[in-house]
Amino acid sequence: MIPSTFDYVRAETVEDAIKLLVESEGEGKLLAGGHSLLPLMKFRLTSPGTLIDINHISDLQGVQLKDERLVVGALTTHRDIIKDQLVQEHIPVLAQTARQIGDIQVRSRGTVGGNIAHADPAADLPGVALALEAEIELQDEDGKQRVSADGFFFGPLLTALPETSVLTAVSFLIPPMHAKSVYVKYEHPASGYAVVGVCAIAGKNASGKVDFIRVGINGVSDVAYRASAVEEALLGKAVTEENIRKAALLATKDAEMSGDMFASAEYRSHLCSIYTERALKQVLL
Amino acid sequence: MASMIGMRVKRKEDPKLITGNGNFTDDIKLPGMLYAAFLRSTHAHARIKRIDVSQAVELPGVVAVYTGEDLTGKIKSVPTSWYVPGCNLKAKDRSPLAVDKVLYVGEGVAMVVAEDRYTAYDALNAIEVEYEELKAVTGQEAALKDGAPLVHEDVKNNLAFLWKAGDVPDEAFTNAEVVVRERYYEQRVVPNPMETRAAVAQYNSGSGDMTVWCTSQNPHIHRMVYAEVLGIPESKLRIIAPDVGGGFGAKIGVYADEAVVAYAARHLKRPVKWMEDRKEHFMATNHARDEVIEVELAGKRDGTMTALRVRNTANMGAYLSTMGAGVPTICFGLMVTGAYAIPQAAVEVYGVYTNTTPTDAYRGAGKPESAYQIERAVDAFAREIGMDPVEIRRKNFVPKEKFPYDTAMAVTYDSGDYMLTLDKALEIADYEELRREQEALRKQGRYLGIGLSTYVELCGLGPSKVAGAIGLQFGQWENATVRVHPSGKVTVLTGASPHGQGEDTTFAQVVADKFGVPLEDIEVLHGDTQMIPMGWGTYGSRTTPVGGAAVAIAAERVTEKAKKIAAHELEVSTEDLEFSDGIFQVKGVPGHQRTFQEIARSANMAWNLPEGMEPALEAQSFFDPSNFVYPFGAHICVVEVDSNTGQIELKRYIAVDDVGRVINPMIAEGQVHGGLAQGIGQALWEGAVYEENGQLISGTFMDYTMPKADFFPVLETAFTETPSPVNPLGAKGVGETGATASPPAVVNAVLDALRPFGITHLDMPLTPEKVWRAMQKGRKEA
Repeated sequence: MIPSTFDYVRAETVEDAIKLLVESEGEGKLLAGGHSLLPLMKFRLTSPGTLIDINHISDLQGVQLKDERLVVGALTTHRDIIKDQLVQEHIPVLAQTARQIGDIQVRSRGTVGGNIAHADPAADLPGVALALEAEIELQDEDGKQRVSADGFFFGPLLTALPETSVLTAVSFLIPPMHAKSVYVKYEHPASGYAVVGVCAIAGKNASGKVDFIRVGINGVSDVAYRASAVEEALLGKAVTEENIRKAALLATKDAEMSGDMFASAEYRSHLCSIYTERALKQVLL
Repeated sequence: MASMIGMRVKRKEDPKLITGNGNFTDDIKLPGMLYAAFLRSTHAHARIKRIDVSQAVELPGVVAVYTGEDLTGKIKSVPTSWYVPGCNLKAKDRSPLAVDKVLYVGEGVAMVVAEDRYTAYDALNAIEVEYEELKAVTGQEAALKDGAPLVHEDVKNNLAFLWKAGDVPDEAFTNAEVVVRERYYEQRVVPNPMETRAAVAQYNSGSGDMTVWCTSQNPHIHRMVYAEVLGIPESKLRIIAPDVGGGFGAKIGVYADEAVVAYAARHLKRPVKWMEDRKEHFMATNHARDEVIEVELAGKRDGTMTALRVRNTANMGAYLSTMGAGVPTICFGLMVTGAYAIPQAAVEVYGVYTNTTPTDAYRGAGKPESAYQIERAVDAFAREIGMDPVEIRRKNFVPKEKFPYDTAMAVTYDSGDYMLTLDKALEIADYEELRREQEALRKQGRYLGIGLSTYVELCGLGPSKVAGAIGLQFGQWENATVRVHPSGKVTVLTGASPHGQGEDTTFAQVVADKFGVPLEDIEVLHGDTQMIPMGWGTYGSRTTPVGGAAVAIAAERVTEKAKKIAAHELEVSTEDLEFSDGIFQVKGVPGHQRTFQEIARSANMAWNLPEGMEPALEAQSFFDPSNFVYPFGAHICVVEVDSNTGQIELKRYIAVDDVGRVINPMIAEGQVHGGLAQGIGQALWEGAVYEENGQLISGTFMDYTMPKADFFPVLETAFTETPSPVNPLGAKGVGETGATASPPAVVNAVLDALRPFGITHLDMPLTPEKVWRAMQKGRKEA
């Protein structure tokens, strides 16, 4: 539980951080909230040569409303999200999710950018990011680019984030006014991570048919995913308990369930449908 | 002034602890101090072919690296301390660091000493160990089978001991109207106190004095054993347990690690500190429970229980730890009949070596396992004959008028009124209403369950001659010194070594009650072998019934002496004096009096003492109790099971305990709360899991579920008070009641909820998947 030796440098700007990353030749790691990275270092599961502290880069803080989306600076903490007015007004499910992350210390230090970049498949934000069609803003020596959440998460702790890039912000779609949204979670009693976490955003039209639906799921598989089969099954359908139940049974169709000591793949698969049904009922009924 | 006994006084020890001003072993920093770290075995069973420390030694900042071979002949092995007689016990020597072979994951292989902790850990990575892997065995039943890998080559079938007690003829079962046969697995748990183990050792090469600060529940026991291991006389070995952040039994054990740290301090002539990290704690500090328990309970259709036979196959781990062998035998075996007047009972216990971390005492130590089997078996019996679990208990309780009661297991329950606690618990719970609610909810497809546990447990082991007779290599009396300073302020020294239980406050209450002085005037000290004459520590809920009793007796002796001095000064006989609220008053003569403080000054000045009286105002007691004490109670748990997911919601938990006379109800409640958290934790969440090859796969808090405060509903606690005749306080122990009573209460509640599914058995922990699978199976069969 004692990390191996590392250097510590503080980056003052994004450009600075990129330069330090390049110079570290693969040995550098960005330090944001540190709540995922430091435990890994203490277990010596990772031993970066240099920690590049980006906490003092003011450009990476805060939430802004831009082009019908909320742009959340990478260093915005989960606590910031919970308290943010724009979030409350436009995407309350982000705050509702943030409230379920870790404990008070983790929420106070852990950051949105760090959570997304770390890409723990049992973390709570990836599913929500997928449901909210998030775009991940990256910056490297050559400039800025955007990657959609769909193409960002590859596998457990694996993403499209290149070694010498800084994740600068995550922008989220503001759901249509009439859509309701929720994140429901079955929390692992030990770790607090999601055994299953389902984010459902859905709305119905005047005739009671589903006209908007997004479902993102994390916790059950190696990588968070959009439950497209569920969405397709409900879109255009009348909102009935039976339709919801049937659609929820498809929640596992877009992923391979993983199992561990606490919950086997079979049980997770069952939970995944149950929690999807619960989430859909909350937003549609 | 009202009696201080029974007062809800806030804990004197808390302000320093909650403001971060405690002084724990890790807070101790000495000039020139070095830091140690252990390399621990990554294999459950392997031959050590070669250890190469050459690269580690070369690292800048590394001062020394020790292997098992380096220590051979330098320090002795750490022995077990409970040689249970009559069971062919085969205790094996445990080298301070492994030599030739490793027997479990986490066993010490080498120790690095460096200028700082970071370097020490880096050096661990630089040590090369070549292992030749051997086949491992982790389960006790597998280990007993012919052909199983042998943990110790000369211990056949890995059988460390076979203990039998009591005798029941087969006819008691073959002729019985009803026999229930049950099999329970009491899973392995990791104690996990908030503070892991730690040691700081300092050696004075001039005087030859060795001081070891360590996380001990019983510093005099550590001194006694380490004196032998290190070859340092007790007069030159000082063990100090400063603030200790909980132990729960895991810090009773005398481990080799601390001795190796002390050896290094002597060898290097510099202080050495070792602080166990949490990952290390999971594998290097004693585990607990891990028993397969088979029960046969015979009786009549009318609910009368007539005979009990129990077999316990206990996983002892790779070595017999300090109290290891006593836990499943004496502590478990003597309590198998629980609160019931079962006339015949027999127990056999197989103690089995496996390639796992040794098991030892953990909150309750044997008694939770014993309460679990009888409380579950009684429910099974009730189910079998279609009787309410309340009624079967009422029918079989040892009746109030039969105390002291000699059980079929040849122990004598000191006092009890089991009906009283049950009635009170039923009243608080509103049992009839709960049953109606259960019925109504079932119709809606909701599954409420109500579980009972009417336990009795054994604690405050004594007298010492019994300890000797059962093979425990310790005395079980306790020492107290009550010292009154010239100002009238009081220092209390106790040989018990509380580490979170609150005796700094409750012992002060006992003394304040005797002397009529303010609580702030009394300081309770413990944990330093140089300051405390002798003592046996804090475990087995002995601190108040044995240690507290010693304090009360010493304080009474002080009062008697003070009274003589007061009578002398007031020129009356002691019979003419009354003593209350700290004032010696001549009866019927107002104003003719002395305060306790005035007498304290007189005694210490000794200018005018009664003829022949020695100066000063101080008394000691070495109290050896005449019997154990037996707390009891009735717990009721209410749960609702989610039939979709198997998740269990704890709706209510009612604990009515009788721990004899309660000195501080607030502290007693706190003890019950803590015990419940650990007992319910075992029932629902905790569990140490080994893979077949002996790897511990529940080795961090990411996988091992330690219950958190928000897992629990408001705990509804109450006490009845049936004094114990065994000690002058009338007190019994309270620390282990919650952990003992709650596992069966919770499991019985869940099984009660799941009755419609035909489920009659589940093993702890009741994880949602386990419950869900059982329901799935029940649905299919239905």
